[in-house]
Amino acid sequence: MKELEYPFDADYLIKNKRKIKKELLTQENLLEKKIAILGGSTTSDIKTMLELFLLNYGIKPIFYESEYNKYYEDAMFGNDELNQFNPDIIFIHTTNRNIMEYPTVFDDSVMIDNLLENEYNRFKKIWQTLYTKFKCIIIQNNFEYLDYRLLGNKDASDIHGKINFITRLNQKFYDYANQTKNFFINDINYLSSCYGLDQWCNSFYWYMYKYALDVKAIPYLSFNIANIIKSIYGKNKKALVLDLDNTLWGGVVGDDGVDNLDIGPEIPGSQVYFEFQKYIKEQQSLGIILNVDSKNDYDNAIAGLNHPTGILKPDDFIIIKANWNPKNKNIEEIAHELNLGADSFVFVDDNPAERKIVQNYIKGIATPEIDIPENYIRILDHNGYFEVTNFSKEDLKKSELYKSNAKRNQHLASFDNYEEYLLSLNMHAEISSFKPIYLERISQLSNKSNQFNLTTKRYSIPDIESIYQNKKYIKLYGKLEDLYGDNGVVTVVIGQEKNKTELHIDLWIMSCRVLKRDMEYAMMDSLVKKCKGRNIKTIYGYYYPTAKNKMVEDFYDQQGFTQIAIDDHGNKTYQLDISNYKNKNKVIEVSE
Amino acid sequence: MEKEQIYERLNKVFRDVFDDEDIVVTDTTTSDDIEDWDSLEHINLIVEVEHEFGIKFNMNEVTTMKNVGDMVNIIQSRISN
Repeated sequence: MKELEYPFDADYLIKNKRKIKKELLTQENLLEKKIAILGGSTTSDIKTMLELFLLNYGIKPIFYESEYNKYYEDAMFGNDELNQFNPDIIFIHTTNRNIMEYPTVFDDSVMIDNLLENEYNRFKKIWQTLYTKFKCIIIQNNFEYLDYRLLGNKDASDIHGKINFITRLNQKFYDYANQTKNFFINDINYLSSCYGLDQWCNSFYWYMYKYALDVKAIPYLSFNIANIIKSIYGKNKKALVLDLDNTLWGGVVGDDGVDNLDIGPEIPGSQVYFEFQKYIKEQQSLGIILNVDSKNDYDNAIAGLNHPTGILKPDDFIIIKANWNPKNKNIEEIAHELNLGADSFVFVDDNPAERKIVQNYIKGIATPEIDIPENYIRILDHNGYFEVTNFSKEDLKKSELYKSNAKRNQHLASFDNYEEYLLSLNMHAEISSFKPIYLERISQLSNKSNQFNLTTKRYSIPDIESIYQNKKYIKLYGKLEDLYGDNGVVTVVIGQEKNKTELHIDLWIMSCRVLKRDMEYAMMDSLVKKCKGRNIKTIYGYYYPTAKNKMVEDFYDQQGFTQIAIDDHGNKTYQLDISNYKNKNKVIEVSE
Repeated sequence: MEKEQIYERLNKVFRDVFDDEDIVVTDTTTSDDIEDWDSLEHINLIVEVEHEFGIKFNMNEVTTMKNVGDMVNIIQSRISN
């Protein structure tokens, strides 16, 4: 919903929140998550707004909200309601209003260090107590600055200054975050500075309603939290689809010629595009896939991208569509070629008419209102499409992976027989029980896979950790390597042992990067082997249809299972007696 | 601005905030008359009334308003100044 994308109209959202919520609740396939908000000040509207932004991301929150300023008591001493609620996520909304004691000018440095340590330890205990109890994700605000400085400019640098104290305390929070999985900082220090600190701290709302921020800043706060949450659950965007003329450079390459384009480090009008290209290049380094969708002759587009003072080169893009077809058609083709849903794309185009067409034709795609060139970076950035929460090595290599896939496709063209092609790829798989170094990637994969996903169950890192520990589960990951590179961990199967001789498959996922490589057969072979080792006789498989996983509706039929039940929703149950199972994989060499 | 005009614009704000097209506020309307009008919703109402009329209430005004009539009087005095 456009109204819930940055930049927003806070008044509109506050006024129409009920209407908006009703509309968002009509969506299907919402992912339910239990979120506990532990507040050090009023949180009512923060919750209401957070609900809107999460619903807009396809996540339906169920809330627990602490009583006013009971974040500490709820965390340290617990209560039955919170215990029963058993949250997936805890958001701790504390602000500088919750700092117990600041230094005074009479304190020496040892006393101030002690104050700092006390303040930090109070929070650290909260986090540790909550994590021990709930094994869930914790999102913690850092602290915003105050809207006054007793020592003036020295407040920032002098240990007696409150600004200095807040800065040091924040740094301690960051150190904890860097050492702790499942713990994320909600950066209100940054938000408040973007919003305008004086306005953010408007104390009218504190005295009147005990809100620790301007009520009109709440949408920005809630949006920021929603971005962290949707990122954790794999709902980040994955690719950029970029227009060229007046988006990546100033001018129209077909009319003005390459030499007259505005792009380069010197003249103001060129600098603005130069910096934008630099920003996009940095996105690429995070694993965001870059593509072009431009109304241009192909040769002109390539010539523009080869501009000597441009940053982005043709080689940075996985797919370049430069033609005169409707842009939405091109986007559909890009999605098809990348094996990604077009709803995971961000379409960046300076032309509002093109944005509108794409928005209308392609469900779920983001088409940010990037405004004028000097605002491109900020508007794209503040929308949080690519919010980084768990950063895996796979992300860094992603562009490379998609490139090598393009090479494989060329390679395929030289074979008449598909099996010969597969054999020529020299594939090696490592299929084995979960290992600690892969748990993060496994969780990430479970949250990102939508198409090759039989049950669409999502697993956070704590979920995966507890399965890793639990002997009742057979849990396999598969890595696949070939001639063109290492794909990393691309598939996961989790099955639960029941009644001694049965295995029930809770999760079977595979990255679409390795479709049609027979990796699923190699996994099945390994799964059966593990089952036989445990004296399991029968494997049960489940298929739960969603809007996206039609690809695997007959998966278990292909694996030789027999369908034994189907309900009104099309949920299917399958069964396989493994006593006469014969290995199916003939093209991948497998090691453990 | 005439009171009628103020009421017309005020009704629209109330209807939006409480998502109820049937709301008609009068001088004597209080939070008891509108189901969702609790202390937490009051703040959103205040913010949006301020936005509608381009004014700011001070703390004293917010705490002493007894009914919609009081609110309208403040709005009227503020706008006519």
